[in-house]
Amino acid sequence: MNYCLIIDDSRVIRKVSRDIVESLDFRVSEAENGEAGLKACEAEMPDVILLDWNMPVMDGYSFLKALRATPEGLKPKVVFCTTENSLDHITRALQAGADEYVMKPFDRDILAAKFQELGVLPASHSA
Amino acid sequence: MTEAEFEALRVFLKARSGLALSPDKRYLVESRLSSVCTRFKLESLSHLIREIRAGRAMALEKATIEAMTTNETFFFRDKSPFDLFQDVLLPKYLKERAGSRRLRIWCAAASSGQEPYSLAMILKEAAARMPGWHIDIVASDISTDVLEKAKAGFYNQFEVQRGLPIRLLVKYFTQVGDQWQISPEIRAMVDFRYLNLLDDFSRLGSFDIVYCRNVLIYFDAALKADVLRRIANLMAADGSLLLGASETVLGVTDALTLDPAHRGLYGKTAPMAATPTQRVIGMR
Repeated sequence: MNYCLIIDDSRVIRKVSRDIVESLDFRVSEAENGEAGLKACEAEMPDVILLDWNMPVMDGYSFLKALRATPEGLKPKVVFCTTENSLDHITRALQAGADEYVMKPFDRDILAAKFQELGVLPASHSA
Repeated sequence: MTEAEFEALRVFLKARSGLALSPDKRYLVESRLSSVCTRFKLESLSHLIREIRAGRAMALEKATIEAMTTNETFFFRDKSPFDLFQDVLLPKYLKERAGSRRLRIWCAAASSGQEPYSLAMILKEAAARMPGWHIDIVASDISTDVLEKAKAGFYNQFEVQRGLPIRLLVKYFTQVGDQWQISPEIRAMVDFRYLNLLDDFSRLGSFDIVYCRNVLIYFDAALKADVLRRIANLMAADGSLLLGASETVLGVTDALTLDPAHRGLYGKTAPMAATPTQRVIGMR
């Protein structure tokens, strides 16, 4: 079973995301900011990370740059999941090493399609 | 809406669009046509059906057909038909058509354009392998409303997120307010045309690849067979047809044969070897 880490400072968003990701047959854990996310990655590197942009302590952009600088940090697929929907933000995220980008609000179909595109969810899985 | 009125509407939709509405779809009629009633200032569905039966309201007929037509689509929908295009069909035809350097593709139910634009983006990404090639992408639909949207190429945030890889969004779209518009170079690759699949479409010419996905499910068996036969007639001898995941030619037509290696992909059935009697007749 693939493992997904959800990093978001909103408990509600984490809950909604967890419900969707678990329905796609992923094992899920949560972190409330980038720093906690890095610690979670040290404990077990996820297959895929859903990452918010604006968070206290450490934002998603700083988290991603720090993650990609670690030896194992290139492994997880990282999907930004944010209300920041400008082309500028998307471009910065991709340059920092994001694999995909989801603009909130999103639904199960959108997330499933992104996961399939990234190869962490089989194409045969009913989206 | 009485039973007789619902029946009249079913007959009208079948005759004009091929849509086979089953008796349990009354709820669909009521939910989709209420906005048409409002738009045309008609008191009820009964009034709408009366106007249609009188046969003097072309705009109302068109709006009714369009409202009852399902336009569900998204970029790279179902993924595998596009992986198939990129990994199997494109390499095949790049080899087979190396002489003519021409490839013709038809999206027979293009809706708001996501399917043909997905193919156009794949082709654009492969452009370096195709110098001097002439590619036609014809995209047709019965709804003029969705064709207008497709031609303009504007999509909302929800639409660009459904199936479209973010790198292609960044590369081929421009943000215009809260909308995203696909680039002029991709728009220019697709020729959108109004087409009712009930009508003769032989004038479109021959195609190497036909996408006809998730439209035949709305037709009855006889109409499915007719449309598939006419599509097969338009396909090159080694042409390819892609149907929707829940669609098949099995038991519908012998003109097309499933490619056993690829789900949803069909080719023209090879002509059967002539029997001895036919050969004798043919020689005379």
